[in-house]
Amino acid sequence: MSTTPSLEIEIRSDPCELLGVRDRVRRWTVANGWSETQVSEIVLAIDEAISNVIEHAYDGSLDHPIQLSMRTVPVEEDPRGGAEIRIRDFGRQVDPECIRSRPLDEVRDGGLGVYLIQSMMSSVEYTPANDRGMILLLRKHKDHTAKVPGCSSETP
Amino acid sequence: MKPQPDELEIARTSEQGSCVFRICGEVDMRSSPRLRNAIVDAAQSKAIRIVIDLSGVSYMDSSGVGTMVYVKREIEKSGGTLILAGMQTRVRGLFEITQLEKFFQIRATLAEALGA
Repeated sequence: MSTTPSLEIEIRSDPCELLGVRDRVRRWTVANGWSETQVSEIVLAIDEAISNVIEHAYDGSLDHPIQLSMRTVPVEEDPRGGAEIRIRDFGRQVDPECIRSRPLDEVRDGGLGVYLIQSMMSSVEYTPANDRGMILLLRKHKDHTAKVPGCSSETP
Repeated sequence: MKPQPDELEIARTSEQGSCVFRICGEVDMRSSPRLRNAIVDAAQSKAIRIVIDLSGVSYMDSSGVGTMVYVKREIEKSGGTLILAGMQTRVRGLFEITQLEKFFQIRATLAEALGA
């Protein structure tokens, strides 16, 4: 897998920023050799995570900082390789145990963001920052793709 | 980063007794409210058959899926029906992984939806 330098983005907590973030994340993941399916999954997970920060950490207020960084995890560090994504906000802190998706059989017009993030990624870790806000650490192994519940696995 | 505009295109026509929405672009937290309002406005006047052609939608997130759930319920409250048509593979995958395929009437193409 070829690698490019880490990607560092700082945006405001404005939904107008999402389109540009998705574009930059797509270009970075393509340049780092991820499959088309995996690129879509990484883009979706980051979009959902930032949308959650805007909606929940900042209550929809538009002018607060959100930092996104992405780096390639070399096989020397983890034999499965992959990418590590860090999303930092400075809003309301929450107990990571309370961050849950709604059950899939409870059909309503929201509450699927956390489920999608978890499905698209190999691991998801929320940590309250030392001062304020949260740090979300996402990892995706090079052989990971999302699985449709009840279906057999898919290759990248 | 310089914010980018909501580039979602929403076109409404009347075809073969159905109200058809052709959507083009990316559906996310930014563009979903406008899409939701456009469809709910059409549904509120009377019982109506609404087809949403999603063949031009290259990206959708959970806010888009949530919008579809919301408008379906609003349309059905008015005695209408909703059909989703022409989803691209990635968008269809979102409905599969959230297990919402069975909640919607989904057709492969707009022509199929209008003939249904």
